[in-house]
Amino acid sequence: MRLAPGLILLVAVLFVLSLLSGQAPVGAGQSLTALIAGDGTPLAVVMREIRLPRALLAAMIGAVLGLSGAAMQGYLRNPLAEPGLIGVSGASALGAVLAIQTGLSLMFPLALPLAALGMAVLAVLLILALAGPRGASITLILAGIAISALAGALTSLVLNLSPNPFAAADIVFWMMGSLADRSFTHVWLAAPFMAVGALLLASLGRGLDALTLGEDAAEALGIGLSGLRLRLILGTAACVGAATAVAGAIGFVGLVVPHLLRPAVGARPSSLLWASALGGAAMVLAADIAVRELLPARDLKLGVLMALVGAPLFLHLIYKTRKEMA
Amino acid sequence: MWGCVRPSRIIPLLAALVLTGAAAVAEAPQRVVSVNLCTDQLALLLAAPGQIVSLSRLSHDAESSSMAAAARAYPTNGSGAEEVYLLNPDLVLAGTFTAPTTVQMLRDLGIRVELFGPARSLADVPDRIARMGAVLGHEAEAEAMIAAFRAELARLSAAPDRRPRAALYYVNSYTLGDRTLAGDILRAAGFDNVAAEAGLEQGGTLALEHLILLAPEVIVSGRDYPGQARAEEVLSHPALHALPGTRVAGTLTDRDWICGTPLVLTAVEKMRALRLSLETGE
Repeated sequence: MRLAPGLILLVAVLFVLSLLSGQAPVGAGQSLTALIAGDGTPLAVVMREIRLPRALLAAMIGAVLGLSGAAMQGYLRNPLAEPGLIGVSGASALGAVLAIQTGLSLMFPLALPLAALGMAVLAVLLILALAGPRGASITLILAGIAISALAGALTSLVLNLSPNPFAAADIVFWMMGSLADRSFTHVWLAAPFMAVGALLLASLGRGLDALTLGEDAAEALGIGLSGLRLRLILGTAACVGAATAVAGAIGFVGLVVPHLLRPAVGARPSSLLWASALGGAAMVLAADIAVRELLPARDLKLGVLMALVGAPLFLHLIYKTRKEMA
Repeated sequence: MWGCVRPSRIIPLLAALVLTGAAAVAEAPQRVVSVNLCTDQLALLLAAPGQIVSLSRLSHDAESSSMAAAARAYPTNGSGAEEVYLLNPDLVLAGTFTAPTTVQMLRDLGIRVELFGPARSLADVPDRIARMGAVLGHEAEAEAMIAAFRAELARLSAAPDRRPRAALYYVNSYTLGDRTLAGDILRAAGFDNVAAEAGLEQGGTLALEHLILLAPEVIVSGRDYPGQARAEEVLSHPALHALPGTRVAGTLTDRDWICGTPLVLTAVEKMRALRLSLETGE
């Protein structure tokens, strides 16, 4: 297994590069010294309060999104299942927007991730109910389109009704996602939910492996399918809800990463889980470096970059599975 | 309507009416409608009682208008051509940023529309006052107002011993440089604007990390709008409070900073007081 050290090294390198990229041109050595010394100079403040939380969030969000994608695909045995495409991210964004616009998140900061998580649970339940245990592509995608469209429309409505003149411009953030100017407040808000969600999803490995043999075989192997399903729902919702609550809906991570890594792990769902977590972290870190290096003066949205990479792959996957859908 | 006008203004006005005679009165517009927040305030300062028919809707918003209390004596309009035309105005006051289609339609309907450009510096303020005085037929009042404005500005902007470095920081990481009205207010109050060090003369985006690296002594942040928006979160970012040498000087109000009226002096005075408080703090 040389995949694991390779992926870990990649994430580590990208993490350092993320710390070093930004609008202010400062030497690498100088920046890292300031980060470690933390001596209250302006550069140390930039490194510790702006770039460090941003890099941490990119890695955390990428990891949980990759993991969620791999878990959903393993459970539904369908490579098109991805939190962004099937509307879970959109529903989380709606929950987050509701928490912010009602003022709940001001009184009680945890209301933000909790509301996102609540809406994410609803969306996952709806998807699983509509798509059924085998998750046929056509129903999965159609249900996802409907949920995404509804969540997106309601998000836009809530933001348009806000008395704040800048709220309507936030629609782009919630639809496309961005890590610009996030702080440690957001890291601490999201981290506990992501940790719980990731643990729940990581525990699915054996069950997902057994499911590749079919439901009956899995039951015969002693896998409780209802328990598996519950952990999948809660784990995905906690991961995607927390990620979306602090960074908006970042799509395609859970689609691209498992797709790229599946051959490397011999298509074993259990190995794909951790590999996709590492791969997702690397992908979002890389994308977040790219948005800052390509258009430093503009807040280019992460989701734009993800869609540019992910949409062609998504079309390719649809093309490949078109026989099943016909 | 009469209650909001100081008697001292009515007396010279009545005298002027008597002196200039009926011909001049016929020339001065009698039904003035303003559709722009800044022309609202200039008109309120210079118009005769009864001369104004309607003001823009924003004029009643105390967060945006320095003269909301006085404006509440008048009805408001939504700045649309249909609504304004039905008010039967003989003069419409608009900004150069008022929707061009609205302005063109009103002109096609035979209504006189006067456009006022936004003030980009304190030096533009006397010009705007004089123009409003001219279109409303109150030149003498405008002259007196300009003289008072110049004297008060000269008093407030007396050269300071030391010019602290400051930044204006708004929603969406927006800042304003020296060649803007707000930048000029800051300069007149005795501050150096760090936007110039970042190469911004007018308005522009100043990334949070850029601002922190410039390490200004004072960060004057924009007002908090009602409701919530992610665009505003940059103003409460922990990094702004993590610099030991930097003071976040709370919110500046829009109302005294955006319109080229004599009321900008309130903003200059507040910023001057802030600078003086820095000196005593040292």
